[in-house]
Amino acid sequence: MSILVDESTRLLVQGITGSEGSFHTQRCIEYGTKVVAGVTPGKGGSKHLGVPVFNTIEKAMAETGANASLMFVPPAFAADGILEATDAGIPLIVCITEGIPVLDMVKVHRYLKGKSTRLIGPNCPGVMSPGKCKAGIMVGEIHLPGNVGVISRSGTLTYDVVSQLTSLGIGQSTCVGIGGDALPGSTFVDILKLFQADQDTKAVVLIGEIGGTMEQEAAEFISYKMTKPVVAFVAGSTAPPGKRMGHAGAIITGSAGKASEKIKALLQAGATIAPTPAEVGLTIKKVLESL
Amino acid sequence: MKIHEYQAKALLAQYGIPVPRGKVASTPTEAREIAAEIGHKVVIKAQVYAGGRGKAGGIKVVNSPAEAKKAASQLIGTRFVTHQTGPEGVLVSKVLVEEASDVAREIYLSILVDGTSRLPVMMASEAGGMEIEEVAQSTPEKIFKNYIDPAIGFQPFQGRKLAYGMNLDGGQIGEATRLMANLYKLFIDKDCSLAEINPLVVTADGKLLALDAKLNFDDNALYRHKDIQELQDKEQEEPLEIQARDWGINNYVKMDGNIGCMVNGAGLAMAVNDLIQYCGGRAANFLDIGTLNNTERVVNSFKMFIADPRIKAVLVNIFGGMARVDVIAKGIVEAYQQMDIPFPVVIRLAGTNLEEGQRILAESGISFIQAKDFYDCARKVVEAAKGVMK
Repeated sequence: MSILVDESTRLLVQGITGSEGSFHTQRCIEYGTKVVAGVTPGKGGSKHLGVPVFNTIEKAMAETGANASLMFVPPAFAADGILEATDAGIPLIVCITEGIPVLDMVKVHRYLKGKSTRLIGPNCPGVMSPGKCKAGIMVGEIHLPGNVGVISRSGTLTYDVVSQLTSLGIGQSTCVGIGGDALPGSTFVDILKLFQADQDTKAVVLIGEIGGTMEQEAAEFISYKMTKPVVAFVAGSTAPPGKRMGHAGAIITGSAGKASEKIKALLQAGATIAPTPAEVGLTIKKVLESL
Repeated sequence: MKIHEYQAKALLAQYGIPVPRGKVASTPTEAREIAAEIGHKVVIKAQVYAGGRGKAGGIKVVNSPAEAKKAASQLIGTRFVTHQTGPEGVLVSKVLVEEASDVAREIYLSILVDGTSRLPVMMASEAGGMEIEEVAQSTPEKIFKNYIDPAIGFQPFQGRKLAYGMNLDGGQIGEATRLMANLYKLFIDKDCSLAEINPLVVTADGKLLALDAKLNFDDNALYRHKDIQELQDKEQEEPLEIQARDWGINNYVKMDGNIGCMVNGAGLAMAVNDLIQYCGGRAANFLDIGTLNNTERVVNSFKMFIADPRIKAVLVNIFGGMARVDVIAKGIVEAYQQMDIPFPVVIRLAGTNLEEGQRILAESGISFIQAKDFYDCARKVVEAAKGVMK
């Protein structure tokens, strides 16, 4: 098993005809993901990379049975794209787009309330269940099927951590990039719940960073609800306050946003903290051996 | 994006929020003229993108136009240091000259987007004039919060709740409610990330007035607010950060060490800086090179390192995903061909098109220190910066 995406995922790509959409859709197909439809308004009826393209998500879902969407829509139009996919009732949206205005996301979250659609991202590398389905822009080859769940606010740092795991022979059940924005569709807690319930996940690696309070909320969940071990690393110990460190959400605005506060909360919750980002693999290895 | 207080107050006034009578001055003479025009006791306020001005001497109350000129001359042209600036401070090129107000009470009022509820939240506190962080830590019960449903917007009952919570007088409740509704409208219309009036004062004659104001804007939404973009004062920002942006490197933050870093991805870039410190060094910058299709930004990153006299060694850590390792490698070789690289460079490459990237570096004959993994590159660059490794 795995979470969010697997062999039964029938992927639809919003913005399939754009340059990034094309490049990464091709990579997903090569990895073995079932890409069943593309959506680009105005290009309905054509084919792109051998995939049928539709004008609307509703039509694409009706004709292809798509059950997840991967989004490469430019930031100014991305919120509208999420709303359309939600309205069509798609169960999962993975939004790669970086740079969506915060107030657009406020509207999106208001609209998502009470609906069954789950949003991952925006500003994320996507979701990967090794050997089953790649719905994102991560490098496929560094992954290995296995039993460790990975959740992260970062892209490339996750690649590094995943390759540490793989090189130690530790496979992954699913790797979820929840994204670097201040208002992600799914939080650490949302994904921890899924990993806790997933039979094939034995332990979880959580990669947090400065800004917001998501790590503290994760710590609370870990201490009360999580029976599986969690290894965590929080990036940005050396980041200066008030400066946005690349990610829209990575800005220390209060004491809770500091890496030290997050690490303290995770430690207290019983998570094992990797001393450096280069030792996440070794840390989880020790934890797994002690199980 | 930040703007100056005088610009924020102009926006507040546009939205019907009362602000003190005043104007901005670029010279002491102008300050004197404005003070004469106002005709009463005035306040001279240094215009800088930093809080903590009062404590640092950036706000002066004066009694005559001549004194206004003198106070302005002591501020304009100086570099101003507060607990929020670096030791080098920020340049004061303008002062705001305002009518002094007779303050009876100070209130705190702000709107921001709350990450947990994912809703705009309006906060008010009777502890006006203090930093809200301090209030939140010492007396959190003194902060009143109202979450706003974006579908229906700010409602009068929410204003009443906050206004009564602030113990305002009967006659001020309606005025305060309208002021809050207007602030919310401004917040939404202009894509603010923070709209803060601190303090919002009640004057001796019972009127509400925004005595100080801070507006920050969502960088991601600036594309739809040309008017706000034009308000940006580049002089207030770190010169190296402006230079980086001009060279197409949008995610650059100056730090206080001597190791230049070029990394792809924000999380990895932060982690690299952490690891450098763990190994006993200090990064001179945070630099996420982002996704690139050509070598220009790589070459420009090296130009940045050369422009920064503090740099003793450079670390390149790339995990190719969207960014391709071969493109980065080509960029590094071009940088070596175009300029004399006076510091040791440690390179660690992984991910998409790695073999091709390694071949390009090997065949170019350039001199660099190769690192095999994340930890190795941090350790080596720290040694290189100390002069141990060349």
